[in-house]
Amino acid sequence: MTLVEPQLAEHVLARSLARGGDLAELYAEDRSSFSLALDDGRIENPQAGSERGAGLRVVVEDATYFGHVDGLREDDLLSVADSVAGAVRAEAREPAALAAARAAAGHAVRTRPHEVDAARKADLLRAADERARGEGAAVSQARTGYSEGRRLVEVFNSDGVAASDDRTRVRLAAQVVARDGERVETGSDNLGGHGGFELLEGGEETGAKAARRALALLDAVDAPTGRMPVVVGNGFGGVLLHEAVGHGLEADAVQKRASVYEGKLGQSLAPDFVTAYDDGLKANEWGSDGIDDEGTPTRRTTVIENGELTSYLYDLLRARKDAVSSTGNGRRQSFRHLPVPRMTNTYFAPGGAKVDELIEGVERGLYAASFGGGQVEPATGDFVFGVSEGYLIEGGRVTSPVRGATLVGNGLEALAALDGIADDLIIASGFCGKAGQSVAAGVGQPHVRIRELTVGGTA
Amino acid sequence: MSELEGVARRAVEAAQDAGAAQAEAYAEEDRSREIRVYEGAVESLSDAGGRGVGVRAFVDGRSGHAYGTDLGDDGLRSLARAAVEAAGIADPDEHGGLAEETGATEVEGLHSPELAGWSTEAKVDLALEIERAARSHAGVSQVEDTVYADGEGEVALASSEGFSAGFSLSSAHAYASAFAGEGADLMTGLGVGMARDPGGLDAAAIGGEAAERALALTGARQPESRRCPVLLDSFVAASFIGFIGSMLSADAVQRGRSLFAGREGDEVADPAFVLSDDGAHREGLASSPFDGEGSPTRRTTLIEGGRLRTYLFDARTARKAGRATTANARRGSYRAQPSVGTSNLLLEPGERSLAELAAEAGEGLLVTDVAGLHSGVNPVSGTFSVGAEGRLIEGGELGRPVREITIASDLVGMLRAVRAVGSEARWVPFGGSVKAPPLLVSEMSVSGS
Repeated sequence: MTLVEPQLAEHVLARSLARGGDLAELYAEDRSSFSLALDDGRIENPQAGSERGAGLRVVVEDATYFGHVDGLREDDLLSVADSVAGAVRAEAREPAALAAARAAAGHAVRTRPHEVDAARKADLLRAADERARGEGAAVSQARTGYSEGRRLVEVFNSDGVAASDDRTRVRLAAQVVARDGERVETGSDNLGGHGGFELLEGGEETGAKAARRALALLDAVDAPTGRMPVVVGNGFGGVLLHEAVGHGLEADAVQKRASVYEGKLGQSLAPDFVTAYDDGLKANEWGSDGIDDEGTPTRRTTVIENGELTSYLYDLLRARKDAVSSTGNGRRQSFRHLPVPRMTNTYFAPGGAKVDELIEGVERGLYAASFGGGQVEPATGDFVFGVSEGYLIEGGRVTSPVRGATLVGNGLEALAALDGIADDLIIASGFCGKAGQSVAAGVGQPHVRIRELTVGGTA
Repeated sequence: MSELEGVARRAVEAAQDAGAAQAEAYAEEDRSREIRVYEGAVESLSDAGGRGVGVRAFVDGRSGHAYGTDLGDDGLRSLARAAVEAAGIADPDEHGGLAEETGATEVEGLHSPELAGWSTEAKVDLALEIERAARSHAGVSQVEDTVYADGEGEVALASSEGFSAGFSLSSAHAYASAFAGEGADLMTGLGVGMARDPGGLDAAAIGGEAAERALALTGARQPESRRCPVLLDSFVAASFIGFIGSMLSADAVQRGRSLFAGREGDEVADPAFVLSDDGAHREGLASSPFDGEGSPTRRTTLIEGGRLRTYLFDARTARKAGRATTANARRGSYRAQPSVGTSNLLLEPGERSLAELAAEAGEGLLVTDVAGLHSGVNPVSGTFSVGAEGRLIEGGELGRPVREITIASDLVGMLRAVRAVGSEARWVPFGGSVKAPPLLVSEMSVSGS
């Protein structure tokens, strides 16, 4: 499907460069979505959405002029072009000739979600709900949600880029409440990917996993407090890398000297067994795309190699400033937003250790199996993570579950304190917020051990 | 009737034609600008418009929602069909349906005519002035981000039961993020301002706040763990209040996902803590004449005399509880279905200044920023542990800056341990739209080294 004919795109770009500019870019998008939830045993809130629109920007040296419009008709596009051009004060220029948008290789979609009967989606939620409730009588509430989205994207720019991408994502999420007398705990889990309905096959297990987390917490003791060794779980445990390192590698923060990683390329920041990637190409992962939102093909970027910081994450503008190539990290939430450097799927490469060996080496510490979320201040590297599933490690063994643990620390210190990486890599699906935009981001890692980190408990 | 109200009415008719027994449409049109400046020059300038409509269709006690941006007749017809089709998948809901109580409260000044008089150049100058104000403080090493944004728009709501109304609104806000110190001593500070138009923004105050917050924290270190009185400044108090407000949603309560479930009428706070929600507040940026399903907005006292007076209701949760709506059906945009949420939360100010509260605390901690509130709080039990930074209080005075700490308690325990509420209340964009003074809590657990 074509959203904007190349001749029209060329015309729009020429109009937007009427008063000059180094780069003009038209980003056209057709978005459709469907979601529903099951709560209190009832299917509710079914919702269908369809939107079409375009974002248009003109870059003049370090300044960006941007506008967006709902609709993709010729007059919609020309009016936004004129409005953006009206703010620019420079010499007019001609855009490069454009070919038809070239489709990105993209990611395999076996079963188009919108072709799947809605009743099957409701049945998947019912199955996940049943699995959650089947985990134990103490499960008192379960909520499961299904969502699918398709984004047809076309990017044209005055340097001759003409690229398109057809993106389909599906996701299933479960939140469970377990109750035992006065004790009440919650657990959650989700499954998502860039691909078709087939990615959710067996997805009902998500309900059971969420329930097991909530149930385990019913027997939890208060979290310990103080500095101690921490083993971080695989999969969503990778949010630690995402927050504590990844955001600081995004080139906008680096160029504004708002990152602790500024000026540290080539330096050894972690032990030599540590390698990490940002990988927007990885097949069917949640944070993958065919191209980024500036038309650059996605790729795998090695950000840490054998402990050494090897690359930042770039979009077109920041790459131009550092005279390097974009790493395919120019992403945006929708046509209503400007692209900024963002992670895709960020993860530690698997190491040689076994998870049991990592645990055995700890006399007294915390096993942070999963996080509820986290936050970082890239300028200082200070981070905080809420541990949603955690256990004590005592005498080299995982013992009681703990509740209310929080990890606080600093990215550079945590990297340097890594002292073991296991071989069990998993990538989980999350949403990453930055500059008021939320994008799909994959976070992952094998189990890793950090020699010492501050645990803020409730005890 | 405005053109947009016409769109909403046509969408309702289309849904009825498609088979809906009842229908409601929420249409929105807005124009927004955002200006980012960096080191004395414009970094980006956005100017954009959008419009769209969301349609709720009710068929046999089931409801479905569809939204879209195509407001032509064909677009509305296909949207209406999608909403009716979506309803077919839902299970019936005996409490569902449109709101019985509809109407509009008169709220003055929702839209400022002044906004239109501001040129883009004048707004750029305002942003640059904020950045200059922050940089002018000695010790500020850079201002990473300075953002000015405004928006004006129109909302229209129509239903098959004959409700049809609309209103216009405007807002302007700005913030700056300043850095002070170098290397391991570097800390950041945020300054914010919000109003109905740029004339209500004080550039010197916003830039100055960013600088002062960063400078106050420069050189912060991790302190030793302790249990002590904790003073929350307005930013932090607002974040907690926003979270507490979300837990007072009758929907969270009825679904067993709120720590306040079953506690209506109970003692949940110190009497000094008086909290209300006001969707018709003149100053509040979340104000409107009617809520997301057409019920007239009002002020609702939530916690008073230490007791939990009421939850926040929309039409559905009110029916389920045998109560009346508090007009708290909120919609983030036409893309969202209405759900129970807070409008403007107001914590009643007390008598004492921040300095007097610090003196009262004696030995304690002033918290000026918290991180990870949403991942660090158990919504059902209310226990929390969140990352924090601020300054120690030593001998009743503000002392050395601290970072990499967590503060922990449980929400009701914290509300009961409120010792005093400060006098300096201000609007803060954290936790929703909240007007909060500082809050002194008798004791919390502070983890450091």
